[in-house]
Amino acid sequence: MTNEAAQRVAAARATQPELLTLDDIGVRLGGRQVLSDVTFSLRKGEFTGIIGPNGAGKTTLLRVILGLLEPSGGQVLINGEPVDSKSKSAIGYVPQKLVIDPDMPLRARDVVGLGLDGHRLGFAFPSRQRRDQIDAALSDVGAARYADARVGELSGGEQQRVLIAHALISRPKLLLLDEPLANLDLKSEQEIVAVLGRLAREHQIAILLSAHDMNPLLGVMDRIVYVANGRVASGPTDEVVTSEGLTRLYGHRVDVVRVQNRVLVVAGE
Amino acid sequence: MHYLFEPGLFASGPVRTALLVGTIVAVTSGVIGVFTVIRGQSFAGHALADVATTGGSGAFLIGLNQFWGFLAAGIAAAALMEGIGVQRRRGRDVATGVVLGAALGAAALFLYLGTLHTSTTGASFTVLFGSIFVISPDTVPALIASGVIALVVVALLTRVLLLSSLSSDLARAKGVPVRAVGIGYLAALAVSVSLAAVAIGAVLSTALLIGPSATALRVTKSPGWAMAASALTGVAATWIGIVLAYDSFYWPPHGHGWPVSFFVVTLVLIGYLLTYVKRPRRLAPRSPHEGAECSPA
Repeated sequence: MTNEAAQRVAAARATQPELLTLDDIGVRLGGRQVLSDVTFSLRKGEFTGIIGPNGAGKTTLLRVILGLLEPSGGQVLINGEPVDSKSKSAIGYVPQKLVIDPDMPLRARDVVGLGLDGHRLGFAFPSRQRRDQIDAALSDVGAARYADARVGELSGGEQQRVLIAHALISRPKLLLLDEPLANLDLKSEQEIVAVLGRLAREHQIAILLSAHDMNPLLGVMDRIVYVANGRVASGPTDEVVTSEGLTRLYGHRVDVVRVQNRVLVVAGE
Repeated sequence: MHYLFEPGLFASGPVRTALLVGTIVAVTSGVIGVFTVIRGQSFAGHALADVATTGGSGAFLIGLNQFWGFLAAGIAAAALMEGIGVQRRRGRDVATGVVLGAALGAAALFLYLGTLHTSTTGASFTVLFGSIFVISPDTVPALIASGVIALVVVALLTRVLLLSSLSSDLARAKGVPVRAVGIGYLAALAVSVSLAAVAIGAVLSTALLIGPSATALRVTKSPGWAMAASALTGVAATWIGIVLAYDSFYWPPHGHGWPVSFFVVTLVLIGYLLTYVKRPRRLAPRSPHEGAECSPA
């Protein structure tokens, strides 16, 4: 993170109330404690990465925030209040890589429309206003070109944009994304990160994104939640990703190596 | 020399009843079938049809109209499938071996006992392969009402079904009671299979459920058009099938009409194959790096 960005975040954090708070969350799955002592918070417009090796519990953590999984202890707060169905509507969600059959009769615009009212009964009646809203959400993520294509026939990066537009159209304050960069080629990866960084800055949406590699995110990430060994360390990336900090978290020696603006976390001797 | 459209075709009572019932069956199966295909539940459709066979043959044995047998068995099977989780892959294998075999075995027994009483094979044929020309006019209102109820349920659930087909987590995160929606859908599917069983037989009912919707999904892009195209394809196959079956009375062996079911399922197959001849849908250009694992681990 640049100095300027660090100052911006520090200033923002001082004046902003917490949008999302995880207070001492613990999770048991199948009788096994998979996460404990998880405490961190997000503020408006902050870009936070949940980083950790595969199987560390990143998806589990996102599922707890979404209310899909009951924590064994602690609480999730939105604007300082326990989550209810109303505050839940302030959360947009992009699930882990979906496998969408090419025969699925959904165009990109249908998927985005479902983000607007897919939880309601009955049909969606087409209207000028609805169409404009969908077009605007698709343009926002640079997906207007394939608005009328079947979503199952789009590439991984294109599908990811459509799903982001689906999550954005309900104007969430907080956007959760589960491994949105997995299985993308390098170009799509950079484009998706740029889109998300712009959304956080311009629309002041708090973004919480899980990834197993932090490097593509270093340019946009304000804070990091590093998950390992059933626990997390959170804060500004430079403060969290240090050899001492991660060694404490992992419980065995790891070295953080910085090479040409890239960060490598390697097991120590 | 005869005309394909006999002058008296549409004046005949059984033909009019057949066309009316055929239409409601085709529309119900067509619309509901779209969701069966996109939810990957054609197996559930087959299972319901197998169990409906038992219900239909049982009803025949005790002198009830077979529609009620199809319907009762279908709804019971839907509840059972929900209970033992037949929609999950592992559950399917178990259920296939244990429940469906037993259901068809019971159907065999009922049909055999039926032939002892009536000394004809008519019952077996009606239950297994349909009876659209011999529907008693008394049951027509019940058939129409059942179809309408199933269609209304699915129409109400359209958006939540699409959302949960896309991702059940996405639907759950938006507060959709995914399980209840699944149960409602399965019940509508059971009704639809029972209706199709009356028209073209329990064994063939899934042809009318899966065929037109699979055809429609190949040529349409949006959910509304898929449902409309599927219903139209089903209605076309049913109407043409009825007309051909009526006409086949003059075909060899002379004086014995061919079964409607044969024509309907053949037309459904032809419709599906036609979509392979000309495929109007655009294939989006894919990135050359598609699927490549480029992220440094």
